[in-house]
Amino acid sequence: MKNRNNVIEIESLTKEFDGLVAVDHISLSVKEGEVFGFLGPNGAGKTTAVKMLCTILTPTSGSAKVCGYDIIRQRDKVRECIGIVFQDRAIDTFLTGKENLDFHARMYHLDRSTRERRITEVLDLLDLRGKEKMKISECSAGTQRRFEVARGFLNHPRVLFLDEPTLGLDVQSRRNLWDYIKLLNEKEGVTIILTTHYMEEADYLCHRVAIIDHGRIVAVDTPEKLKQTVGSNLISLQIGEGSSGSPADFLKHISWVKKVEARDGWLELSVEGGEERIPELINFADSHGLVISAIKFYEPSLEDTFLHYTGKTIREEEGSLKELWKSWMRRTGGKR
Amino acid sequence: MRALEMQRIIDPLPIYTMWLRELKRFWRVKARVVGSILMPLLFLVFLGLPMSFASRIPSLEGVGYLDFLAPGIVAMTLLFGGTMSGASVIWDKEFGFLKEVLVAPVSRFSVILGRSLGGITIATIQALVIIGIAVAMGVELSGPSGLFLALLIMILTCAIFTGFGLIIAAKLGNMEGFVAIMNLIVFPIFFLSGAFFPVQSMPAWLRYIMHINPLTYGVDGLRATLIGAHVAAFPLWLDFTVLVILCLALATSGAYFFSKMEAD
Repeated sequence: MKNRNNVIEIESLTKEFDGLVAVDHISLSVKEGEVFGFLGPNGAGKTTAVKMLCTILTPTSGSAKVCGYDIIRQRDKVRECIGIVFQDRAIDTFLTGKENLDFHARMYHLDRSTRERRITEVLDLLDLRGKEKMKISECSAGTQRRFEVARGFLNHPRVLFLDEPTLGLDVQSRRNLWDYIKLLNEKEGVTIILTTHYMEEADYLCHRVAIIDHGRIVAVDTPEKLKQTVGSNLISLQIGEGSSGSPADFLKHISWVKKVEARDGWLELSVEGGEERIPELINFADSHGLVISAIKFYEPSLEDTFLHYTGKTIREEEGSLKELWKSWMRRTGGKR
Repeated sequence: MRALEMQRIIDPLPIYTMWLRELKRFWRVKARVVGSILMPLLFLVFLGLPMSFASRIPSLEGVGYLDFLAPGIVAMTLLFGGTMSGASVIWDKEFGFLKEVLVAPVSRFSVILGRSLGGITIATIQALVIIGIAVAMGVELSGPSGLFLALLIMILTCAIFTGFGLIIAAKLGNMEGFVAIMNLIVFPIFFLSGAFFPVQSMPAWLRYIMHINPLTYGVDGLRATLIGAHVAAFPLWLDFTVLVILCLALATSGAYFFSKMEAD
């Protein structure tokens, strides 16, 4: 990620709704080609932040530049260089996938030959060939979502915004979509900004993650470093029979072992450093006449990190009546 | 520079795209296509025909009731089609599609112009189908020049109510109470437009109400152009003037309200 230009620069961006501060003076920058995640519970302000960057919402104060253009004064310029996949479905269910893509391409002023070429490209890229003539209402939720990602990517954006891209998808479709998102980033070099409240999503996809809570950014770093700040990794071992002495006492003397606890026949070691400690531990055991019969390595999860920074686990959204109504209407296809 | 800005405000490709989407959406739901023709047809068959057997209109010597009613039913199609086309922005908003449209690098004026032109095209085609059905039922048209003028009146009338629908949509903001409010506003406009009975034979108080109803001038203009000036209550130039002024006022404010609408 070194020596690349900042594609997004946010300075003290703030949004208030009737006195409620949804986004509270956030500042950060994102480099070209990065996959950057906003991780936080529902209502933390992730979506509001992204909506301001996409020029849908006007900030109360502060400023931001996307692709070098000001999000308030140069809206159209910003809009031309970004692609967006919204949290709620925003695709015409009465039209086919191809028609939706075609609609989008025309709205972005792509000429006929570019349109046809790009549509073919994104259909291939997201494996949607053969489904483009189906009405969106007849596609599965995962396929609908893939069409939306394809559409967001159609106008060759420099930055692609994905707002909770896998919300409501089953595990299989979620995994699939993750791989497509990775592919877009790796193959086409597009910068991706995503919001999520799924830890594993942020961990799997993002180069850097901003943990956001109550409108504030509480930490920004790579998932690995964020996890390390929480504390040490954990190694569990079982010592085989025929070992001499008290293994726990030996192990305590290693400089990078911070704590040793015995639990259910396993020895649990809090260690500084990562997996490279495993061979060191085995060498140490060999030289002290210990036989290790089983060994496990644990990393703290991003969930632990989140807990560390915010004092709580990510809250699940309660289904309000309006949400239920909306999801019901969505299922029935929004007839008018 | 100036020309460039104009091209931004009136952006041909997105306008065409929005127009095309409206047509495709309409055509794809066959129930809507059938339904849009069925209701006017019911009025013509079950109201127009029996009434034409029952009586003549006293103040209009020699005009059959079906001839009198048909332009009113055509206007009804435009009223319902136009209002729904404008108000259905609420649907787009509720189902998120409005966001997709509003974040495109396209002026809101072009978006709403294309969308409304789509609605007007659909309603006008429906109206022409109704005219065809009326002719098949024995209604005599005045001639081709009358039909051409009628086409202008149809477009104006539909544009007026599209703007009106947009204002309702923007004011309402969501779908709650939508159907109730639509019926509460649209049906009185229809019933008090002179579609069923002649304005000139009503008592003064009712006449005043009818005179401030925009649809009255649409119905009257259609009557004058489709059937003949002798059936109309006002001179044709008056119908045209009122419709053009209302069209400018309502379409402009509709577009204005749309431009102020929040995407979600």
